[in-house]
Amino acid sequence: MSIASPPPPSETIWLTEDRPDAAELGLCVHCGFCLNACPTYHDLGVETDSPRGRIALMRGLDSGRIEWSPRVQQHFDQCLQCRACETACPSKVPYGRLMEATRAEAFAHDKWPRRQRIIWRLIMRGLFPYPRRMRLAGYGLMLYQRTGLQAVVRRTGLLRRFAPRLADIDELSPVADKPFYATNEAGNVRPTHPVRGRAALVTGCMMPLAYPETHRATVRVFTRNGIAVDAPDAQVCCGALHAHGGDVEAARELAKRNIDAFTPESDDLPDAILINAAGCGSHLKEYGHLLRNDPDYKERAAAFAARVRDVHEYLVEIGFESPHGRIERTVTYQDSCHLSHAQNVRSAPREVLRSIPGLTLSEMRKPDKCCGSAGIYSVVQSEISQRVLAEKMEDVLATNAEQVCTANPGCMLQLDAGIARFDDERRMMPRSTHAIELLDEAYRLGNEGESR
Amino acid sequence: MKTPTPMVQDLIDAIGEQAVVWHDDDLLVYEYDGTIDRGNPDVIALPANTDDVVNLIKIANRYDAPVTPRGAGTGLSGGALAVKGGVIIGMNRMRNILHVDPENKTALVQPGVVNLDLGAEAERHGLAYAPDPSSQRACTIGGNVAENAGGPHTLAWGTTTNHVLALELVTADGEVQWIGHETRDEPGYDLVGCVVGSEGTVGIVTQVLVRLVPRPTAVRTMLAVYDSVRQASNAVSAVVASGIVPAALEMIDKMTIAAVEPVLNTGFPLDAEAVLLVEVDGPESQVEAEGARVEGILNRFEPREVRSATDPEEREHLWAGRKGAIGALGQIMPNYYLLDGVVPRTKLPDVLDGVYEIAERYRLPVANMFHAGDGNLHPCLLFDELEPGATERVLDAGGEIMRLCVDAGGAITGEHGVGLEKRDYLPWIFTEADMDTMKSLRAAFGPTENFNPCKIFPKGHGCGEAGHQHAQHQIAKFGPKAFV
Repeated sequence: MSIASPPPPSETIWLTEDRPDAAELGLCVHCGFCLNACPTYHDLGVETDSPRGRIALMRGLDSGRIEWSPRVQQHFDQCLQCRACETACPSKVPYGRLMEATRAEAFAHDKWPRRQRIIWRLIMRGLFPYPRRMRLAGYGLMLYQRTGLQAVVRRTGLLRRFAPRLADIDELSPVADKPFYATNEAGNVRPTHPVRGRAALVTGCMMPLAYPETHRATVRVFTRNGIAVDAPDAQVCCGALHAHGGDVEAARELAKRNIDAFTPESDDLPDAILINAAGCGSHLKEYGHLLRNDPDYKERAAAFAARVRDVHEYLVEIGFESPHGRIERTVTYQDSCHLSHAQNVRSAPREVLRSIPGLTLSEMRKPDKCCGSAGIYSVVQSEISQRVLAEKMEDVLATNAEQVCTANPGCMLQLDAGIARFDDERRMMPRSTHAIELLDEAYRLGNEGESR
Repeated sequence: MKTPTPMVQDLIDAIGEQAVVWHDDDLLVYEYDGTIDRGNPDVIALPANTDDVVNLIKIANRYDAPVTPRGAGTGLSGGALAVKGGVIIGMNRMRNILHVDPENKTALVQPGVVNLDLGAEAERHGLAYAPDPSSQRACTIGGNVAENAGGPHTLAWGTTTNHVLALELVTADGEVQWIGHETRDEPGYDLVGCVVGSEGTVGIVTQVLVRLVPRPTAVRTMLAVYDSVRQASNAVSAVVASGIVPAALEMIDKMTIAAVEPVLNTGFPLDAEAVLLVEVDGPESQVEAEGARVEGILNRFEPREVRSATDPEEREHLWAGRKGAIGALGQIMPNYYLLDGVVPRTKLPDVLDGVYEIAERYRLPVANMFHAGDGNLHPCLLFDELEPGATERVLDAGGEIMRLCVDAGGAITGEHGVGLEKRDYLPWIFTEADMDTMKSLRAAFGPTENFNPCKIFPKGHGCGEAGHQHAQHQIAKFGPKAFV
């Protein structure tokens, strides 16, 4: 395949080496198979907001045919990056990578409004990378909820009236009612079964605050299956949100810190680097690509990425023990986009769920269609996000499931917001859960049965 | 800041700002379909209902602007390209399945419904929508009607025209007409048959009443692997001659396997010259008997292997290799030119030899994956449009292949339509008088000159090289990579 060498820098619109790759853009044969898979094309009904259309716009920029107008930027901004188009694409265009590259260029071009830039610096650069600051924010949230202030805010609807964007965020905020997860908890859980492997758990930035129980369940499940789990203390946020947003500089910094934390010695790697958040998992698997031009880190990054396993994926890989405890419940499984479309892990979570005695899996019509969470999309593109969520909830509720189960914290928060909004009049659906928590519950119920 | 033209402003006033696309950069994404031609619309209008369509047509008429209907833009003959500019009426927002009648086995749908979505809805009632073009995941029923789309399973079931009972048509002067009848055998001329396959040249279809068929109770899909294309084609002829009508009978050649296998892991052997996918369906006993007979015939032509898929997952897998084939060719070369010709089935082996010979002479890799059972060839010429002269070479080779089909007693399209791409070949199969008759039929639907101009009929009507000229100009200015 011959691709014309890129024009000299003065003629190209791209500023960085992170630009969309011309050969990858060339893989698109504009067959249109992606259109119907794209939630934003489905919602907005214009091809400018379809994967094929956005690729055409990227090529338009690449060749200088079009200017990088705010309108063009908006089409890029409106992409959920769910990557359902990649599943649909017979030509295997790496759309997610192209969109991240385009966002990286938008970041370099300073294409964002000033306010958005300031908020990004404050939150994405000033808060997320620092576990201690995150924890402080978590305590703040806990206080806000425990004092009943949140309940008052929601009841009075004042926030909705004066700052609807903040009200959206409030609606999506996790319930901070459990002790936050501390990295040293993992190493304190001793394997109860003969040890056959060693894994390192990525605890992440949000999970220890929002879903600490998912981590506790993860560690219990793996130690029970003979995998000793440790969670390196020096780890930081994986940087997925930064990379999706185009802040590759911050993403690279975080990736390097994690590589140092997880693989200080390159000859003594854990058998698996475990992750129970699909969005982070798909990004961790891309560390090799992210640091491909970094002479000091590129090999270590590739070695790191090769060890990353989603928890469901790894359970099936090691041949997990079937639980004995019964859970009489009908659940439906929402494929997290970054697990199904980005990592191609679809059957493993279902295998985990089907192993649980008594549990019935009732599938949605479109379980692998995005719920509209998409990282910070639910906040920055709340209108589209809410419409995508409404359609998802219709699908969820039609299954008659008693609970929704998924594989990513963002999806869990979004689905919980959906349950609060769409289910209140129909029935009492509990908060969504993570498949690994159900497996853990089944193991524990089994233990109780045996000890009785 | 560009200001809207009076026509664009009228369109916006009629259906709202959110339903009109008119900025230059946005229009870029509407200049292509699934193949290599281009056309540049002035504006895209996206109606929500039949009334909108009527209003849009009237506005376009007022400005004497060409009107080009578009579905999902997956077409393969340039049918949805606005070659003379004007208004593209994009039907994708009219995508409701209005009613399914399981007793009478019909469904009333809007034209923007995606083929596979209709199939999924029919399945809930134990039924199926038979035409299954390879693009069925994305292509719309409206587009299927316009192009009289086929698919692997039309061997047994017929093409779209056999599955449309009635339709609502907005004519060129903006009148709404219902044509056809639920009873399937309306007295008088078959007007539905005139509209299906008319490629958007007689009006815009706004509702379609389709026929649904029972889902077969049993299905068996067989994969037969051959060491030569000739053996495989002879096997195809023998199966058809035996009197059995398989549900599908597809051939996939070596080049296609090379593209498909690495990405889709379908299990097609990389060193085979050709594989056949044969599907029989129906009641259990029939599938068993026919399956055994077909297998016997396939075995007569010295296959390397014949194996059967019976569980749905394995079947899906085999079909994924066929239906994903076109897109997967992007793995080998950046561009493809997909042809669509039909030949009498007995001529298949000779015509295929001819196709390979032409491709070799033009130094173009060719991949063949096609509906062998009904003699519907899809040679796919692979090239890189960045290579100077490659596009012209491909178009010339395509012309020769079409000529070969015609000389073998075949035709220039089996299911993709004539469109822009093959209008110059029409005189190979029709006389001037034939074409005049077709034009008078078109005129019978009203003042249709502005409806999808420059399609089907050879140059003239002031079309010239309209589409190409613009593309050439853009290529000269920005280089070939300016085009997707």
